[in-house]
Amino acid sequence: MRPEQPPGDTFDPVNDPTVAVSVAGLRKVFEVPVREAGLAAAVKSLVRREHREVVAVDDVSFTVEYGEIVGFLGPNGAGKTTTLKMLSGLLHPTGGVASVLGHEPWRRERDYLRRMTLVMGNRNQLQWDLPALDSFELTRAIYRLPESVFVAQRDELVDLLGLGALVNKPVRNLSLGERMKAEIANSLLHRPEILFLDEPTLGLDVTMQRRIRAFLTDYNARHGASIMLTTHYMADVEALCERVVVIHHGAILFDGPLRELADRFASHKTVVVTLDAPADLSAYGEVVDASPTRTTLRITRDATAAVTARLLSDHPVRDLTVEDPPIDDVIELAFASGDTR
Amino acid sequence: MSLAAPGPISQESAARSYLRLYVTLGRTSIMQQFQYRLANYFYMIGMIAEPVVYLVVWSTIARQQGGAVGGYTPGTFAAYYIVWTLVRNMNIVFTPFGWEQRIREGELSGHLARPLHPIHYDLGFFAGWKVVVIVLWLPIAAVLSLVFRPELDPSVGQVAAFVAAIWGAYLIRSMFLWLLGMITIWTTRVSAIFEAYFAAELLLSGRLLPVSLMPGWSQTIAGYLPFESTFGFPITALVGPITTRELVIGLVRQLVWILIGVVAVRLMWRRAIKAYTAVNG
Repeated sequence: MRPEQPPGDTFDPVNDPTVAVSVAGLRKVFEVPVREAGLAAAVKSLVRREHREVVAVDDVSFTVEYGEIVGFLGPNGAGKTTTLKMLSGLLHPTGGVASVLGHEPWRRERDYLRRMTLVMGNRNQLQWDLPALDSFELTRAIYRLPESVFVAQRDELVDLLGLGALVNKPVRNLSLGERMKAEIANSLLHRPEILFLDEPTLGLDVTMQRRIRAFLTDYNARHGASIMLTTHYMADVEALCERVVVIHHGAILFDGPLRELADRFASHKTVVVTLDAPADLSAYGEVVDASPTRTTLRITRDATAAVTARLLSDHPVRDLTVEDPPIDDVIELAFASGDTR
Repeated sequence: MSLAAPGPISQESAARSYLRLYVTLGRTSIMQQFQYRLANYFYMIGMIAEPVVYLVVWSTIARQQGGAVGGYTPGTFAAYYIVWTLVRNMNIVFTPFGWEQRIREGELSGHLARPLHPIHYDLGFFAGWKVVVIVLWLPIAAVLSLVFRPELDPSVGQVAAFVAAIWGAYLIRSMFLWLLGMITIWTTRVSAIFEAYFAAELLLSGRLLPVSLMPGWSQTIAGYLPFESTFGFPITALVGPITTRELVIGLVRQLVWILIGVVAVRLMWRRAIKAYTAVNG
């Protein structure tokens, strides 16, 4: 077992002015009680409680630059949310170091908490029985925002998110999507420099998801804020993130541009060929789908260039496209590779 | 890529910022509680059953003993238990049982993500609720007074001490129940501890009966615990009999318990945050 590094003892804030988040060897181990089912086990647990250790995050290292949007991907229980919680100061790590905006997050310095925000898609910070505007006022008082700044920021967010008159309705009367928009507005009133978003589009319909993605892109461009988000919707990732970090079983499987994810984990490409006349193309690769003139082939990445050249020279090709597998499939392949490690 | 500009912060003093925060929290709470005014009212009406039972029992005993028990007549018992209803409402704070939900539902994570110690949120929020409670309490107190004819003739000093004492009681109980609730961060098997605390409080605070009517040894124990400062003292401060010296000692004792509570909450909170793991939070 790797020796534990107590948090704080070797903390060395990153001095690179372009780096907003720097994480090295981050580790979190939860101790969870274990009890078998049944009365005997219940009685036994009164006398002796058993625990086991669950490694939620294991030796995670990465950096995020100012203004960068990074997708944090992984299956349920991969350690995404735990990492975000450590970076937002909610959890103390078992080991490793981290610097966010020059602060060690788990020291929970007020100056740091003022500069970041954590939005959890399944949690509600708004006052349930009151209009969102009243919650905004409370946020203003908590973050000590000057009146003029608060009003300008509130109006901008209401406008960008298309909240309009919704802010005057009690939160309990809003739809899930409307509530999420109000929640995001409330979380950004203090104009945070870094946003930790844990499944911000969870449960929303496609239109609302698209609207929130557009807003986040706009917010990032306007204010240069860094964004780390976890999501299970690949449309979020494709629309927002040039870079993704894939985490599985608490460890990083991949960290790089989204377009390189397929290169790493997808061993095949999809070639769609449309010919002037019907033809049997099974000699060129695995036929996934075929109509009289249109054939979809699955071809190994290494052979793609040679096969497409042969197809073009051997047949009267009307159209030919080469595609990576859908991002969902690539992510699934990445997770599968993590399972077999 | 340009660096993000930090959001500006108000230049007003910390004290002024906290005042603004507490006013906003109080206002938010008042608005919220008025959404549930009917539920609040029924809750308060239901709550008066307890002191009315005590009042009827003690008044009967007083009459059977020749008109008084330990100096309390039916009229002073009536005053004691009518004031009791207000003090009881002032004593309602964020309960230890609420901590379990706060952790399970992830509300604590939401609080921790903000640059504010959550105790300020609870103090401000429940303080606002008190305003609603007092407004709703006035007609209930009027009806009880018409029925039970309390003997109440406080001096100006007593009224002033009472006003300070009910808020002192609120702060003491907030601190100690926060301490108790924080145990939930380490273990969820805390209901027995909570119940033991509330049983001790019921017996030794003056809630069940005036502390002066209890046996000497239990009065001695009560003197070393915070309970009386949250219940018996505020009531006696208004109802009497009490000397100016006793009023001052009672208020100073409240101050000491508040300070003990603040220090204990600070120390325990630091440890609690480190222990907070909230897998589902």
